Amino acid sequence: MAHIELRNVTKTFGDSTALKGLDLTVEDGQFFVLLGETGAGKTTTLRVVAGLEKPTAGTVLIDGVDVGDWGAAERDVALVLQQYSLYPRYTVRENLEFPLKSKIRQVAPAEIKERVDRVARTLRIEHLMDRKTDRLSGGEMQRVSIGRAIVRKPRVFLMDEPLSALDAKLREALRIELKNLQMNLGATFLFVTHDQVEAMSMGDRVGVLDRGRLVQVGTPSEIYARPKNTFVARAVGSPPMNLLDGAVRDGKAMAEAGFALPIASASSQDGRPVTFGVRPEDIRLDPEAPARGRVHDVENHGVEKIVTLAAGDTLVRLTTLASQKLSIDDTVAFSWNPDKIILFDRASGQNLAGA
Amino acid sequence: MTTLTMTTLDPRSRAARRGLSDLSIRNLFIIPTIIFLIVFNIFPLLYSLGYSFTDFRASSNAPANFVGLDNYRTLLNDPFIWSNFAITAKYVIVSVTGQVIVGFGVALLLNREIPFKGLITTLLLLPMMLSMAVVGLFWKLLYDPSFGIINYAFGLGRFEWLSNPDMALYAVALTDIWMWSPFVMLLSLAGLSAVPKHLYEAAAIDRAGPIYTFFRITLPLVAPILMIAIIFRTMEAFKTFDLAYILTSQPTTEVISIRLYKMAFQEWQTGMSCALAYIVLIMVIAITNIYVKYLNKVKER
Repeated sequence: MAHIELRNVTKTFGDSTALKGLDLTVEDGQFFVLLGETGAGKTTTLRVVAGLEKPTAGTVLIDGVDVGDWGAAERDVALVLQQYSLYPRYTVRENLEFPLKSKIRQVAPAEIKERVDRVARTLRIEHLMDRKTDRLSGGEMQRVSIGRAIVRKPRVFLMDEPLSALDAKLREALRIELKNLQMNLGATFLFVTHDQVEAMSMGDRVGVLDRGRLVQVGTPSEIYARPKNTFVARAVGSPPMNLLDGAVRDGKAMAEAGFALPIASASSQDGRPVTFGVRPEDIRLDPEAPARGRVHDVENHGVEKIVTLAAGDTLVRLTTLASQKLSIDDTVAFSWNPDKIILFDRASGQNLAGA
Repeated sequence: MTTLTMTTLDPRSRAARRGLSDLSIRNLFIIPTIIFLIVFNIFPLLYSLGYSFTDFRASSNAPANFVGLDNYRTLLNDPFIWSNFAITAKYVIVSVTGQVIVGFGVALLLNREIPFKGLITTLLLLPMMLSMAVVGLFWKLLYDPSFGIINYAFGLGRFEWLSNPDMALYAVALTDIWMWSPFVMLLSLAGLSAVPKHLYEAAAIDRAGPIYTFFRITLPLVAPILMIAIIFRTMEAFKTFDLAYILTSQPTTEVISIRLYKMAFQEWQTGMSCALAYIVLIMVIAITNIYVKYLNKVKER
């Protein structure tokens, strides 16, 4: 298993820049998730690590060795792509055997069989072994391509949105399987996704990528609790963090939406235009509270209700117990947890607490 | 079934205003083609089948007598005809193999990022666009023992390409390879570019070497379209006439269609030649069928 480091990696395609001075470290045995929107440079990062793209500038180190001139084969990485890239016309077994049969690595036939069978058992695809790959369902195909990656014990696993083409149930199941697999193998995983739920639930560490720059790296809870800027605040969490423009006056948050609520931190920011960030679960319905809003929308999620309130023109989301009775257009009062309010600079979007 | 898949005519279109229905438009397109096919293909085909059972000679006024299967019996017992078939088979094998190797090889070279790729491809396609007769005439000049550029370029002295009976067939095949390799190249290129790039990337990640990748990924995926190219070229090579006829008149290059031509238009054995034409037709259909069977098997795999 291995340690990956990217130092100041820049990658341009013609006029467009995919990565700008990216620094990234993945520790040995870590499950690192890169989270970002489409076009943020996630896939490019993976391909640079895999050796399928050469960085325009910067170095890639695997286990402390500069692998800039190495091809994909020499780097000994495994890559699982969004499009399954199984070899057509071959059976599942032949696909799984493929990486072991190459001339570079001489593996005895008995060992090939043993390893392939073990992988098939792990991924529960034993009943598919003699089937052609075009007769498989999406989930089965993706399991085979994961199987092809783990069958040969590479140093690093790279996964490019492997679950995004699957339906919700299967995605959930494979998410758990992948995480277990990583823990059992003790392998280094670099996992790319645009799905923040995947990032939060699977990652040991999460890196948030925005237009080729790494904005914040941290454990999922750090990123959730202390986003570095409004971009991260928006990217992580579902429903997303409420971002309300306003100012601090006399230790109170004066929201432009037309309410004032107490806050615990940052009275030093008096008078400055800021954006308040507050998670939906830190807002509660409270008949005593001074802030008022009209119920705009109620989503019932079973365990909880997500309520959207309209305060002036601004929409505020909060979560509440599923048993709470609400109807649209009711006027309700709400307050928030004063300790959990994050202040962002209005102009730059940076977290004023310095995260 | 056809009526089900047919799209209906837009009622506002000009054709609709002129009172044309879907059905009449369909007939407008199909009927001339069918008439053309019947007059120039189907009728001669059946007519010559009739002649193949007679001793008819187009050069005389003598009435045609029905001779039953005599023509076929004579032809199939004639060792000269069989030697014509052997020559044809040799020619087909040499020329199609050559075309596949050259055409597929060039396609592999072209299937990557190289400067002026489009221009190079177009230039390589030129031989295919020339007329057979023109190609035959100028290759005759190129092969000329005394002033031909091939002997000059390779320093072969006065090597006799076309008048040497052992060499002439290969010389014709070489010309055919030059002319038709681009066709195989074109189809191979289409096949190669249809192989998804991510499969090669996956193979590189799986640490497969270039040869292993070629035989395990490239070839199986290009095989069906390559088979189609081979079918086309085999059929064409089997009935080749003009190149061989123009380049040389050696007995060793008398492929079956030249024999047929001579029989029909120099010896005027019309009935006999019709029978021979049918034998050739049946052979071509048989060979093509074997190929198509094999092609379907390749596709299934």
